[in-house]
Amino acid sequence: MKDFAALIKTLDSTNKTNTKVAALASYFQKASDSDKVWTIAILSHRRPPRPVNTTLLREWATELANIPLWLFEESYHIVGDLAETIALIIPAGKKETTKSLTAFLEEMLLLKAKNEDEKKAYLHENWRQLGYYERFVFNKLMTGGFRIGISQKLMTRALSKATGIDEDVLAYKLMGDWKPAQITFEVLVLKENPSDYLSKPYPFYLAYAIEDAVEDLGEPTEWFAEHKWDGIRSQVVVRENELFVWSRGEELVTDKYPEFKALVGRIPNGTVLDGEILPFSEGVIGTFNALQTRIGRKNVTKALLTKTPVVLKAYDILEWEGADMRSKPFSERRAVLEKLYTDVKNDLPVLHLSETMQFSSWKAAAAERSRSREVRSEGLMIKRKDSPYLVGRKKGDWWKWKVDPLTIDAVLTYAMRGHGRRSNLFTDYTFALWDTNEDGKRTLVTFAKAYSGLTDSEFKEVDKFIKANTLERFGPVRSVTPELVFEIAFEGIALSKRHKSGVATRFPRILRWRKDKKIQEANTLEDLKSMIP
Amino acid sequence: MKQPLLVFNDKGIYCAQADVYLDPWKPVEKAIITHGHSDHSRWGHKQYITHHRNIPIIKHRLGAITVSGKEWGETFQINGVTFSLHPAGHIVGASQVRVSYKGEVWVFTGDYKIEDDGVATPFESVKCHTFITECTFGLPAFKWMPQETVMADINDWWSANKADGNTSILFGYSLGKAQRLLKHLDPGIGPILTHGAIENMTEVIRPMVEMPKTRLITKDSKKEDFKGAIVLAPPSAHGSTWIRKMVPYVTASASGWMTFRGARRRRAIDKGFVLSDHCDWDGLLQSVAASGCEKVIATHGYTDIFARYLRELGYDARTEKTQFEGELAEMETTKETQANA
Repeated sequence: MKDFAALIKTLDSTNKTNTKVAALASYFQKASDSDKVWTIAILSHRRPPRPVNTTLLREWATELANIPLWLFEESYHIVGDLAETIALIIPAGKKETTKSLTAFLEEMLLLKAKNEDEKKAYLHENWRQLGYYERFVFNKLMTGGFRIGISQKLMTRALSKATGIDEDVLAYKLMGDWKPAQITFEVLVLKENPSDYLSKPYPFYLAYAIEDAVEDLGEPTEWFAEHKWDGIRSQVVVRENELFVWSRGEELVTDKYPEFKALVGRIPNGTVLDGEILPFSEGVIGTFNALQTRIGRKNVTKALLTKTPVVLKAYDILEWEGADMRSKPFSERRAVLEKLYTDVKNDLPVLHLSETMQFSSWKAAAAERSRSREVRSEGLMIKRKDSPYLVGRKKGDWWKWKVDPLTIDAVLTYAMRGHGRRSNLFTDYTFALWDTNEDGKRTLVTFAKAYSGLTDSEFKEVDKFIKANTLERFGPVRSVTPELVFEIAFEGIALSKRHKSGVATRFPRILRWRKDKKIQEANTLEDLKSMIP
Repeated sequence: MKQPLLVFNDKGIYCAQADVYLDPWKPVEKAIITHGHSDHSRWGHKQYITHHRNIPIIKHRLGAITVSGKEWGETFQINGVTFSLHPAGHIVGASQVRVSYKGEVWVFTGDYKIEDDGVATPFESVKCHTFITECTFGLPAFKWMPQETVMADINDWWSANKADGNTSILFGYSLGKAQRLLKHLDPGIGPILTHGAIENMTEVIRPMVEMPKTRLITKDSKKEDFKGAIVLAPPSAHGSTWIRKMVPYVTASASGWMTFRGARRRRAIDKGFVLSDHCDWDGLLQSVAASGCEKVIATHGYTDIFARYLRELGYDARTEKTQFEGELAEMETTKETQANA
């Protein structure tokens, strides 16, 4: 644990990627095998389930710090991180622990089944003894992920440096549904074991957005275009009569989409499809908002399945007849996919094909792109015909060419402190539009939250405004004098019963600060509703 | 109703009986100044009264002013009101102001800390009925380590950077923090270089405090001058072209705000040392208790939270809005704030 805490401290105290990778690689060279497995698990979001809920954590920390609960809460709002707050308010411990990271995590796994008194005693003992930084790391292990700027990719790079195993091979090995407590470093990383690969998806290939002119891509005939579907990027794996559905976050979501069970037996074993899960009923693609009702649910009820059925819009095939297809050209993979689709489509309404299009000019492609909202897509994907399926986000062969976002001018009405790097700055904003009520009075109605799109210095400026123009405080949230107008961009829009405004926007973010506009000039709710297709 | 001895108006903390202001933020006739940071000693007053150790500092900052200097504990009368200055331990020449009239005693702390930093005259607790206190770090999350520990960490960091072939750049406000750091840096490790703003202020303070030698960085400074050196720079120098010629370097900041991981990460600084010229939570509570006061007025910092907690402890505590850099500049944003951190 001492070494792990020191590692986290090093990772946390540099902004340089190379330093981070070097620190991690050197940790991987020295740590025990079981600590390595746990470290990989933690840095790839496979931490053990939370043994104690955060309400109890707060209570017990408050007790040890001998302060009232409200004072803890106030401190937490300002610090912006629960693990950090607890580590700060408890009087400093002296001891350095000799217990290993593995030992701590094994204790935490067992802790879940214990009663409250035992849990509390365990926490109090550790909080009292551990020094500040180890206590912080201990709390992080208890509460959740480490946001320390180490992506899975960087972790994989460091592990590759330490083991000499190819980065892409490692990325593949580390995917899937393995449990750190039940796997050795040997099996997870070092050993080749084909039966492990049963559930494993391939690392997703991600596209970059086109920033310059599309003409820079060269000859349009070298490219396929498809619509860019707005659903959940997924891989569907069928092997040995079993089905595995993976989302892009490398989460196994098979149980959430029972519709796809129909694939087993209808498409051959040894097939992996890449595509988008989309809501689809009565012959039309639904909105992302509709899909959202499926994403959060673990238990999928019949009613939900009837109300919001989904399909897989397949656009690539990564494995066919048990063979890895990724190095074959896209056009060849497409031919296999299209043949498969034609063979099974009549039996498999749940499988759709994302059609490829060929354009003789970029102008024609642009015309198709401008139709995107009508067909419920976000724009076009442009894929080089001869491109292999790469790992991760790579420039060159796949591009996304989204339609320009919808925009509206809205008034800043509420603000909340950010988290992590932005804790203690008000960076999470709520925006409102004008609405006219029954007696003809104009009021501001909340319609969206956004917390990205401004530069650091703009955030500082807005933060200063908020602190000087606070009307009321509600815990971490403040209402502010309506004065600032921002242009908000969003990708999609739909009617919604869950939103006060009656409208849900997709991926709202701040496009720019309209310093030139007064709040009276902001848009109305009616303007927003008129954008609904 | 009787007028309180000190009131907060749009110009500052005002004693009507004496017609004098404490640390006013708008130009006034007569001002008692606690210390030299710019949010406490502003330009444009007709007459300044301050501790004599603060005189060279505010003259350096404000130019030609009419100022009279006092000793610690020296009493002076203005229209029947008795004033005296007492060490606040914040920076060189920083005072608390004791105001007494007809048996009623108020103390205004200005900015203060209770740890003896070896540079400022150490804080002395003053008994009073009403205690006007800052609470920049009035949250239980703030707990300082002893200066000795922090300075040992800083010197170790410098040594390690030197061993790795890196120049160490340490950010701290040019008045106060820079001299405190300088005083306790170990010149045995390597040369101590300074940014102009720090060099100038340090020269003003040298006659009052013994400190290691420094060398000013100029246009003519060569790459090899930075080898193994530590550079003291104001926070505003971070990200400027000025530090480019020090490559390869690592950066650190010394401030109470470095308690928060987010603060350091947001500023893209490699390392944060928690070192403040203000009281931590326990320090604030201790000094309130030591003053023996019944009433507390919290001025800048986490005032609402601190006052509420004091009320739970049984004090008659409230907050007053001032233009000292409190909530407004919570973490940084302006150079002035660095004065407070």
